[in-house]
Amino acid sequence: MNFDTAFIFEAIPKLLKYLPMTLMLAVGSMLLACLMGIVLALIINNKIFILSPVAKVYISFFRSVPTLVTLFIFYVGIPQIFPDFTFIDAITATIVALSFKNAAYLAEEFRGALNAVDSGQMEACLSVGMTKWQGFRRVILPQAMRVAVPSLGNYLIMLVKESSLAFTVGVTDIFAQTKILASNSFRFLESYIAVALIYWAVTIVLTMLQGKLEKAMSKPYR
Amino acid sequence: MLKVSGLSKHFGDNEVLKQINLEVKRREVVAIIGPSGSGKSTLLRCLNLLETPDAGHIEIDGFEVDARRLKKSDAYALRQKSAMVFQHYNLFKNKTALQNVIEALIVTKKMNKPDAEVLGHKLLDQVGLASKASSYPAMLSGGQQQRVAIARALAVNPAVILLDEPTSALDPELVGEVLQVIRSIVDTDTTMLIVTHEMSFAREIADRVIFMADGSIIEEGDPQSLFGQPQQERTKKFLGTVFSKN
Ligand SMILES: Nc1ncnc2c1ncn2[C@@H]1O[C@H](COP(=O)(O)OP(=O)(O)OP(=O)(O)O)[C@@H](O)[C@H]1O
Ligand SMILES: [Mg+2]
Repeated sequence: MNFDTAFIFEAIPKLLKYLPMTLMLAVGSMLLACLMGIVLALIINNKIFILSPVAKVYISFFRSVPTLVTLFIFYVGIPQIFPDFTFIDAITATIVALSFKNAAYLAEEFRGALNAVDSGQMEACLSVGMTKWQGFRRVILPQAMRVAVPSLGNYLIMLVKESSLAFTVGVTDIFAQTKILASNSFRFLESYIAVALIYWAVTIVLTMLQGKLEKAMSKPYR
Repeated sequence: MLKVSGLSKHFGDNEVLKQINLEVKRREVVAIIGPSGSGKSTLLRCLNLLETPDAGHIEIDGFEVDARRLKKSDAYALRQKSAMVFQHYNLFKNKTALQNVIEALIVTKKMNKPDAEVLGHKLLDQVGLASKASSYPAMLSGGQQQRVAIARALAVNPAVILLDEPTSALDPELVGEVLQVIRSIVDTDTTMLIVTHEMSFAREIADRVIFMADGSIIEEGDPQSLFGQPQQERTKKFLGTVFSKN
């Protein structure tokens, strides 16, 4: 049998050098997607004129289109109409595409989380003279975040894996590097097992961190 | 000091407040009683614009708004003049007792944190909860939560405190401690408007009692006369049912 276990262990440290790129794509997309998701959730929950139906169409669209198609729209499609749009490099395109797609899902999560906060909380903020925005930022959002964190963790884990699509537009993330390693060495199985083990380890670590965060955030409520 | 004229409010085709006129003097404690659904809570909630009245003028401590021409900035300015104690406490669940008390001081009054904390500790001490400063609401009993809520209301130094049935969500054995704290702030000459079902408490602390029914003020007077010799049939009937229950 031609299977080189040692190759896996040699490959892992080489591939780990590209883990920061993968994490950057995932975390960057997560932050942008959260921001967009919160805005979408607020627009829909507050039934803001015109914007609310627009937000719903946005959500419906980006939930329906494969991530890869979204990525190609941003990276290959948009520069075709705006030739000056060259500043959208492959990394930016990946982050934007992943954010636009995940924001559509996160909007629903945030909507639920915001609705889970008792309306008396905002009334109390207003009653002591705070503005709606102050109340939202200091009282409502922190409480909604606690409700949202378990699912946010899952989205981050999915994003780590989804970020591997970046190789299709030429970003050298951990997966792209694995492909290079595999085709140079002809050790396909070993290379892909090595990268699979890394993704697995990352997920285990993130799950652990998520648990710690959940515990810390629920401390005030016990 | 507090003056309301022609205040009206409807929900759908339900006329909840019908042309209410009301005046409260500085340092006066006014109790509002009346049957369920008579509009007591709505009246209080209109005073700090948690509900937007359909019409009427509200003046608190020299600041007046016209409900028909209400600007956002006016709403915030009017709310600076009052504070509210809610039936269900509504403490900020993500903040400790101390943080609850000083939140508005830091956010709206721009007080620096150390000063705010000194004042916050003093207020918690005043409601008998000095030792609970770092407890979160979920760790406090209902009575303790309501006492923190009272400290939070006092912190903003409001011209008037609006209390909406502050004890009716409490277990009977916890009512006493909250009434005791309210008594103690009555003694500090705070202006108060309190909606309550505790008739004997209203009688004890109020300078004036207002009886509301069906969105109107039916009768008002000092506690002795309103409880002793009510003039209106509605008032007699209401007091009759309330006191026969006890
Ligand atoms: N947000 C709302 N939407 C629709 N109707 C409402 C709303 N708030 C209050 N009402 C109605 O307005 C009327 C007066 O309500 P309100 O809560 O002011 O009465 P209340 O005197 O405080 O009664 P209780 O003693 O039960 O607290 C009731 O018929 C109530 O159903
Ligand atoms: Mg009420």
